[in-house]
Amino acid sequence: MPAFLRRPDPRALPALLWLVLFMVVPCLLLFAYAFFERGTWGGIVYTFTLGNFARVFDPLYAGVFLTSARIAATATAIALLIAYPAAYAISRAPRRRQPILLFFAVLPFWSNYLIRTYAWIVLLNREGLINSLLTSAGYTGEPLSMLYTEGAVIVGLVYNYLPFVILAIYSSLSRLDPQLAEASRDLGAGPVRTFLRVTLPMTLPGVAAGGVFIFVLSIGNFVTPALLGGGRFQMIGNLVYDQFLTANDWPFGAALGMILILLMLLLLTIQARLTDRAAGTRPPAREEAA
Amino acid sequence: MTAAADRFLALEGLTKDFGATRAVDGISLDLRRNEFFALLGPSGCGKSTLLRMLAGFEAPTEGRILLDGQDITALKPERRPLNLMFQSYALFPHMTVARNIAYGLEMERLAKPEIAARVDEIMAVTDLAPFADRKPDQLSGGQKQRVALARALVKRPRVLLLDEPLGALDRKLRERMQLELKRLQHEVGITFVIVTHDQEEALVMADRIAILRDGRLLQCGTPEDVYQRPADRFVANFIGTMNFVPGVIDAGARFTAPAIDLAAPGAPPGRAVLAIRPEDVALAEPGAGIPATLRDIAYHGLDRVLHVTLSACGTPLQLRIPARADLTPAVGGTLHIALPPDRCTFFPD
Repeated sequence: MPAFLRRPDPRALPALLWLVLFMVVPCLLLFAYAFFERGTWGGIVYTFTLGNFARVFDPLYAGVFLTSARIAATATAIALLIAYPAAYAISRAPRRRQPILLFFAVLPFWSNYLIRTYAWIVLLNREGLINSLLTSAGYTGEPLSMLYTEGAVIVGLVYNYLPFVILAIYSSLSRLDPQLAEASRDLGAGPVRTFLRVTLPMTLPGVAAGGVFIFVLSIGNFVTPALLGGGRFQMIGNLVYDQFLTANDWPFGAALGMILILLMLLLLTIQARLTDRAAGTRPPAREEAA
Repeated sequence: MTAAADRFLALEGLTKDFGATRAVDGISLDLRRNEFFALLGPSGCGKSTLLRMLAGFEAPTEGRILLDGQDITALKPERRPLNLMFQSYALFPHMTVARNIAYGLEMERLAKPEIAARVDEIMAVTDLAPFADRKPDQLSGGQKQRVALARALVKRPRVLLLDEPLGALDRKLRERMQLELKRLQHEVGITFVIVTHDQEEALVMADRIAILRDGRLLQCGTPEDVYQRPADRFVANFIGTMNFVPGVIDAGARFTAPAIDLAAPGAPPGRAVLAIRPEDVALAEPGAGIPATLRDIAYHGLDRVLHVTLSACGTPLQLRIPARADLTPAVGGTLHIALPPDRCTFFPD
């Protein structure tokens, strides 16, 4: 048990209370629901069963998990490939210009999630901006069907979560002593080997934090697949949504949600371990005693 | 010594501008093979920029750098046969001591057994063997400093550049490391270029010292040269302790100040200052010298430093005399001092 839970600082009590009441208790309720049966017309019949978890492994639903994981993993990979160079460029800009660059990187986030997603519909549909531009550029073939594809869902996820990934990687990069890269160059490593041997390993905690962030939020996302996937792509989020609001099968929805939460906890634990192990970020032993 | 050995590392008119600021202003220096050379100056004098140009991290605005006759000005840092020991050490926090030291050899794509042998060898020389598997954050300041040194030396560079290498160490350790570095330099036979703002450090360690101020080279010479024959008033003041007495030099080359009248052969007429080291000021027989009031006595073990003010003009002065010498007046009393003419230097004021 972490030290702060064994003897909580009274100043943390309001936050702790908030967390317990509105996060831990609902999660435990959800966890409990998952072990009961559904009533014939919805609701919950308090008979213990493991059937809900067994259903999760039904190929039909397991397939949704796999699709969700694949889409989330692809979005994560693309976001990391875009975010790392961007964060690197920002961290190497003159120090007084960095806040404004970060502001622009995060700017889209301040607009409404739905509006941002609808904007992509405007861009991607058959009569949309991209197809119009292609036509006016002399393209005469069939308009491209970009909307309601897996690609559109991935684009939407990457676009929506990119700012956080940039921020996470930037925070790692900005704490990196630029002299380490210079030392590497001085010792005979070119720019590429310096990046692979020093810069990247030293900023892996930021990459892990940003990666886990977008992966966890993507795999459980249901708005983007509904809007940009056109309902043709079921992701776990949509499945959970359907169980609670359409199928009225709360226990099964709870079981799906639990699996999602456990997956998230697993990933966050791995990420925390990675951050811990990264040298230089662990406080020396004498500071732990304080 | 041959001319080539005298011009082992040649700096030709090196200039560096940062925007409108000129950090280094036309510095030319010839460094000899295997010498211990110090770049000395107050902070902001351009010495670190000069070192970074040698390492390849800054491109000179003007000028050239020649190593053994070969122009290396355009070479990238990773291609220069020079290594830099960073002031902050810049050890890789995610690697052990042994991995840090091996890094530079791995970049040369040497065979594994050779890397292992050379790392072991340098760790033995620098007493680092017991710490081979530690990470940098588990080392003391002195140990980190030795890792940084070993990491640079294991590459067997033609020139080792050291940026304020002892700055982060406490006084005792610093004094020991000064001698240690000097011994090491002698052993490995590599040209050392050290940057420091500590004149004592430069005097103790270096074979020759270049003194910089505002990006310009003021003087270059042996420790004895710069101490005994400072080129200008700044150098005289910066190196060691120096007394200054303001006065005037007349057309007959005589320096006069209240109660002082000395021959100043060769000095141009005009307002001037007389410069003399505390150890060169002598005590005189009563009535024979310049009267001065004793203000304070500082005991330094081997000798004492007397702080006096000249009675006629109030100029403060220090004298360094053996601790056992008889001293009649107490603090507040009057004594007489002499300024031996051959020990006096004159600078225009």
